Amino acid sequence: MADNKFAAYICSGCGIGDVLNVGALEKIAQKEGKMAMVKSHPFLCNAEGVQMIRDDVANEGVTHLCIAACSRRAKAEAFSFPTAAVARANLREGVIWVVAEGSDHDEIRQEMAEDYVRMGCAEVKKMIVPGGNVKESSSKRILVVGGGISGMTAALAAADAGYEVVIVEKSAALGGFARNLLKRVPFSGPYAEPQATGVEEMAARIGTHPRIKAHLNSTVAKTAGAPGRFQISVAQESGAVTEETVGAVVQATGFTTYDIARLPELGGGQANVVDQAGLEAMAKQANGGAIKRADGKEVKSVVFVQCAGQRDTTGTHLAYCSGHCCATSIKQAMYFKDQNPDIDTVVMYQDLRVPGMGEDFYRSAQQKGVIFTKGKAGKVSGGDNCKVEFRDLILDEDTAADADLVVLATGQVPNAGVDLDVWTEINTKAEGGDEAAKQQRRDLEATSVLKLAYRQGPDMPQFKYGFADSHFICFPYETRRTGIYATGPVRRPMDMLQAQEDATGAALKAIQAVENAQQGRAAHPRAWDLSFPKARLEGCTQCKRCTVECPFGAIDEDEKRFPLFNEERCRRCGTCMGACPVRVISFENYSCDTVGSQIKAVNVPDEFEEKPRILILACENDAYPALDMAGIQRITYSAFVRAIPVRCLGSVNTIWITDALNSGYDGVMMMGCKKGDDYQCHFVKGSEMAHYRMSKIGDTLKQLGLEPERVQTQEVAITDNARVARLINEYVEQINEIGPSPMKGFG
Amino acid sequence: MTTNANSANQNALARYKNNFLKEVEANVEDGHMVKMCMQCGVCAGSCPLGPAWQHSPQKIFMMIRAGKREEVLGSDSMWMCTSCYNCIVRCPRQLPITHIMHGLANYAHRLDLAPKGQPTREIAKLFWDNLVKTGRVNELKFSLAMYFKDGFGQGVKNAMAMQATGLGLLKAKRLNPMELVGGHKCKDIGGFRKMVAKAREIEDRRRGLA
Repeated sequence: MADNKFAAYICSGCGIGDVLNVGALEKIAQKEGKMAMVKSHPFLCNAEGVQMIRDDVANEGVTHLCIAACSRRAKAEAFSFPTAAVARANLREGVIWVVAEGSDHDEIRQEMAEDYVRMGCAEVKKMIVPGGNVKESSSKRILVVGGGISGMTAALAAADAGYEVVIVEKSAALGGFARNLLKRVPFSGPYAEPQATGVEEMAARIGTHPRIKAHLNSTVAKTAGAPGRFQISVAQESGAVTEETVGAVVQATGFTTYDIARLPELGGGQANVVDQAGLEAMAKQANGGAIKRADGKEVKSVVFVQCAGQRDTTGTHLAYCSGHCCATSIKQAMYFKDQNPDIDTVVMYQDLRVPGMGEDFYRSAQQKGVIFTKGKAGKVSGGDNCKVEFRDLILDEDTAADADLVVLATGQVPNAGVDLDVWTEINTKAEGGDEAAKQQRRDLEATSVLKLAYRQGPDMPQFKYGFADSHFICFPYETRRTGIYATGPVRRPMDMLQAQEDATGAALKAIQAVENAQQGRAAHPRAWDLSFPKARLEGCTQCKRCTVECPFGAIDEDEKRFPLFNEERCRRCGTCMGACPVRVISFENYSCDTVGSQIKAVNVPDEFEEKPRILILACENDAYPALDMAGIQRITYSAFVRAIPVRCLGSVNTIWITDALNSGYDGVMMMGCKKGDDYQCHFVKGSEMAHYRMSKIGDTLKQLGLEPERVQTQEVAITDNARVARLINEYVEQINEIGPSPMKGFG
Repeated sequence: MTTNANSANQNALARYKNNFLKEVEANVEDGHMVKMCMQCGVCAGSCPLGPAWQHSPQKIFMMIRAGKREEVLGSDSMWMCTSCYNCIVRCPRQLPITHIMHGLANYAHRLDLAPKGQPTREIAKLFWDNLVKTGRVNELKFSLAMYFKDGFGQGVKNAMAMQATGLGLLKAKRLNPMELVGGHKCKDIGGFRKMVAKAREIEDRRRGLA
């Protein structure tokens, strides 16, 4: 500590100096904040102001900076001092822009600013500049599991960018599902005719690419390690095992078509009723000639039944739309029309969905004379003369059409491996010594794709309908297994063009992962972060909460059952820190102390002053930006709140809540991201974890003799700028009704 | 409804096949555009006479594709079109809906499958017959033909009811009673008739009806 020098810089620009007493703030920083050096500047983020700070770091030996100016989200580049620890006191978005104007509010505005200066000074004193952990030996190779369109695209994209790629394909040839197609839907204008798939060319390029090594007839037998140091055992059909070291993994294991045998009401299993894959086989066999049925008869009329076993509301079949099937049926109808325009082709749809430029392709099929009819098939009977009984949704009548062949457009079922919920249940029983469960576990693990040697199970977690982990909108490739990226139809239904775009993105994410792993940086969403969790194991009680609650499976257990952190798998959310009941887990620049000391630094007035104090713990990803946005839009909220950004609500340790309440705060409000199936939490489970933990805090409050309303948890989206202000004001009102905390004066 | 269901069964073989669509494409003005309808229903929603029709254009197009020949050609829908062109303006697929409607009406009329006694069809027939006689429309004869189209008794009643209007027109010199005998003609009636015959011949040849 002897070498540390603390300095505070207070900016009076952007109107801060007009409404706040900057001189008083300087005194606070000096006397209460115990800063060795305090300076103010009328325009701190300009070249001169920044140079002043740089000079102090270089010449005066300043190691810790408290910058009291705008939000930490603003001017991040100007106020970047890599060798110094930096805390930001948010006087602009957090105080002057959100506290109502006018001299009536001068006193509480100044108090709020003073508290933020106290908090900034207190925080920076507990911070250490993260040293980082550069790993020169880290592998930059990328493993691609699956050799279909997605896998081949990802492999070629990564290899062309200069990275070595290992591709593992379980069949004897590359190409996946697309290899069995006669043609594909067009990707470029005029979007009128089916095109060659291009699978052979891609496979040939992979075969001769100097940076791609392909294992055919092979599966992954084991995946151990972490980003930058994954150890992969590749098992060949012959039984031979090859060991590969890679830095990141792309899982492109694709889909299987929904089994038409499960659709007996639509003729599944009957003669001359096939699925789209079956028709591709027939078309390939015809090789441009007349398409013939299994009995050798030329097909003169064909009906395509869309959404077969899809978009099912009864819970029997797939509940979702697979997205590609309408365009695929259009393409297949063209196989017939292009060969012989007199063949009757009917596409029976409920909603024709042709994403991308599919509308042009649809029109092209209409030009060719394909009949489109909006109807819902009720019953299909196969045989020599197939019959489709259906409801015509335009003419509003039950009717029927006959055909030589019926094609069912069935959906995509992801090849996502083991459902971890099922696995966890069996695993718990197996660990309890149940022999039957042990066998079940072996059987289940045999179906695993990645065979991860993680304590959290052999595959990545799955979402709704069994698709592999990903977030549809915000971070599509990210999974809860850091450095492993799901792409293609394994993560959501998609067509070939979408799969190619998707796979290119996944390759880029994998490249980012291997680069970050080597530099000791975290992956999304804190991709710059050099800090990583450190545990004081001498204080650990082996409660296993951190290992269980880590959303990313980053923490294993060592042979003595202590947590074993896999730093490269860690996303730095701090959920382990929030979970730890004995508070032995911390980051260099974010810990129970950095936040705890801020909470304690606030000056809590006594109960007679009628100035409540409410602590806001706001997630830095969405809630804190929303608070900033409220400021930017000059939406005012109560000056009785003190907001502290946290990495994720999951990192909130209950000690902060008890500390706050013990210090006389009247309420604690937590703002995190949306949880549940449609989560927006950047760490997937952090917000959910926080809500769960807070649901159990009632007992603690009772012990303290406090009302349960004194702790509130809210879900907030980044766009909720007006709402956060409303939530704050409503909560302050609620707290005023309850009255001041009885804990005041004891802290 | 029972007869409909029966005919539906009888025609099941032809259902949702291209037969009738091809017939429409060959014989109806702009019939080749029927297949391009995407069943959005904007035409049905845009038609000011929508509720008065048996079938909206959207349904007519679907019925054509479903092979419902008798129902389409026997529908009164095409006859109800007032040519306001709302549907053409709004159709996202740029189908010339109004033209197709008139084309269908014309085709149904020529096959004599159009509804008997449909007022628009009747007035169109009277108008045409009146016009081709002299090459000019004889308003007096046309009005009288309209009055008497439902029989002599009804014709007298209609004429009595319109008496005041008729006298008013006479006084204002908007009605010439001499038109009842012969009436005015175009200059070259022979040439006019030849022209009409030739036009019909060309059209018949194009539609394969000759």
